[in-house]
Amino acid sequence: MTVMHRVKPVTANPTSWVVEDIPAGTFRINRAALIDEAVFHDEMRSIFDRCWLYVGHESEIPKPGDFGARDVGNRPLVFWHGHDGVKRVFYNSCRHRGALVCRVPEGNAQSMSCFYHAWTYRSTGALNGVPGEDGYGPTFDRACMGLLSPAKIDSYRGFVFVCFDPGAIDLRSYLAGAADYLDLVADQAEAMEITPGAHEYSADANWKLFVENSLDGYHVLPVHITYFEYLEKVAGSRPSPSSLDEAIDLGNGHAAIKARLPWARPVARWTPALGEQHHEGVEAAYAELVRRYGPERADLIGRVDRIVMIFPNLVVLDLMGVVIRKITPTSAGHTRITQWSLATAGEDADLRARRLENLVTFQGPGGFATPDDLEALEACQTGLRTGAGVPWSDISRGMHREHSGQSCRSTDELQLRTFWRRWQTLMRADGLDLRREVFPWTPSTS
Amino acid sequence: MIPSGLTSSVIGRTSLGDGYVRVRDRELVAAVAEFLYDEAALLDEWRLDEWLALFHPEAAKYQIPSPEDLSDDPSTTLHLVNDSITTLAGRIDRLKSKHAHAESPRSRTRRQITNVRVWQGPDDLLSRSVFDVIRVRAGVVDRYVGVYEHQLLPGGNDHTPWLIGRRRVLIEHSVESAGGQVSILL
Repeated sequence: MTVMHRVKPVTANPTSWVVEDIPAGTFRINRAALIDEAVFHDEMRSIFDRCWLYVGHESEIPKPGDFGARDVGNRPLVFWHGHDGVKRVFYNSCRHRGALVCRVPEGNAQSMSCFYHAWTYRSTGALNGVPGEDGYGPTFDRACMGLLSPAKIDSYRGFVFVCFDPGAIDLRSYLAGAADYLDLVADQAEAMEITPGAHEYSADANWKLFVENSLDGYHVLPVHITYFEYLEKVAGSRPSPSSLDEAIDLGNGHAAIKARLPWARPVARWTPALGEQHHEGVEAAYAELVRRYGPERADLIGRVDRIVMIFPNLVVLDLMGVVIRKITPTSAGHTRITQWSLATAGEDADLRARRLENLVTFQGPGGFATPDDLEALEACQTGLRTGAGVPWSDISRGMHREHSGQSCRSTDELQLRTFWRRWQTLMRADGLDLRREVFPWTPSTS
Repeated sequence: MIPSGLTSSVIGRTSLGDGYVRVRDRELVAAVAEFLYDEAALLDEWRLDEWLALFHPEAAKYQIPSPEDLSDDPSTTLHLVNDSITTLAGRIDRLKSKHAHAESPRSRTRRQITNVRVWQGPDDLLSRSVFDVIRVRAGVVDRYVGVYEHQLLPGGNDHTPWLIGRRRVLIEHSVESAGGQVSILL
């Protein structure tokens, strides 16, 4: 989208992007952080080149040769199960002249050939074939010319991440308190799997607005009232004050909200929407969770709705089904989303069908809810063009609770502040030199 | 860029079920085409209750697979839309509300339908047609292009010779290239 104005001093002074004034009870975001392309370029270097980023789930590439093409942090990658059994992530770019090596979304391949000059790579990434190799001198070493990988690749409970910064801390330390929330998903069953198909959609809005929206309990009733009206009509359930309602700072910029909401959870909360024939099975699944983890944790796993954001590009929505959402910024004013359904592996076919049906009705680009979220984000992005005339956004809800040691609610904005505090720390942090040596990045001066 | 290409499920969708025979009778094909044009007009003219009344009260299904994986099985594959008659009625209620924010104010649409082909099945007719739906909202023009697949069941009346059983909408492009979402009825 077009940035209609320029806010000159802000980019040069990152400390003024996020201003927290505890005595005044205000937490303000300078709106330039959401519309300025120079900020976007700084974010690519200061955030997406430094943080661990979600790539995919191991269950997506179960067999040797299985692969998926992925844009992560706006970089094309390939997620590939090698014939030696190792699951790897490569940059999707031929070592020769840069063309995409993988040009299909997914599949199974022993090797991939770049169509430009037919360089061929094995599923281990090794360069296997170079037509006319005698055209190179004796110093050409094929062994050094395999597909390159991001500096770090690791997984936690099936969730695969990469990090482009060789100096980054390890994934487990990075995840901090958010690891527990991935456990609560992974522990829902013996094994969890991504179901085939994905939702790919986008908004003409800044990626940070999308992160905010994903974690924002405050918007749910005004924006999604039509969905709740539908639920009331077809299932007789309506939102009522939840006995549990919390927003949590999980460290390192990660945050979560949790509550008990009126819809069914196929893992362990039956409602008529799941069909009477599944009543017993869902209760039995819950009993199994209680046996395995005890009543308190079983309740958390099975009957509490939650959304966790793992800074900066992953949101796990554990609601009427588990949705894994990857956020990819492509410019200050455009964001691309890919989301998948994560489900109990081997579950009853009819229960799986109902899980997907319930999920699709609410979520995704054709659901009852998501288009209205995107409309809200685009309305913000357009409204932000008022620029310096209205310089600040406000995310102070619940600050009085937060700073007096009380717990915050999902309709507060603690979780948004958690994200923005981390964002600000990374954007103004020193120590970028190492990264510059690895991948020199020239910020746009436009 | 998002790599895109033909997956096995895309290629596989050209096969019909057993027992479907191509209809060559011009009158019947013309009648089906007429039905599709009338149906399209109901959507473009925002006569949504009349459109809903074209669906079979039990067998109705309105499905849009993910364009990246044109599976025909919403019970195993994540779709963009998988509506029963109840869900579809709820979708229409919602769209008529001023609180369906993505469609408030609502889009205008114009849909063109061509290349209508018809097959006779054991108890139904199946039609495939090419659509080009133009959506205009807030001065922005988006296009959705693809294939409609209508299952037509007997049981209509003087106004509608058939009732719609399953209605699938196969989009040929990413949702991103058509405004990012599918808030309209396609």
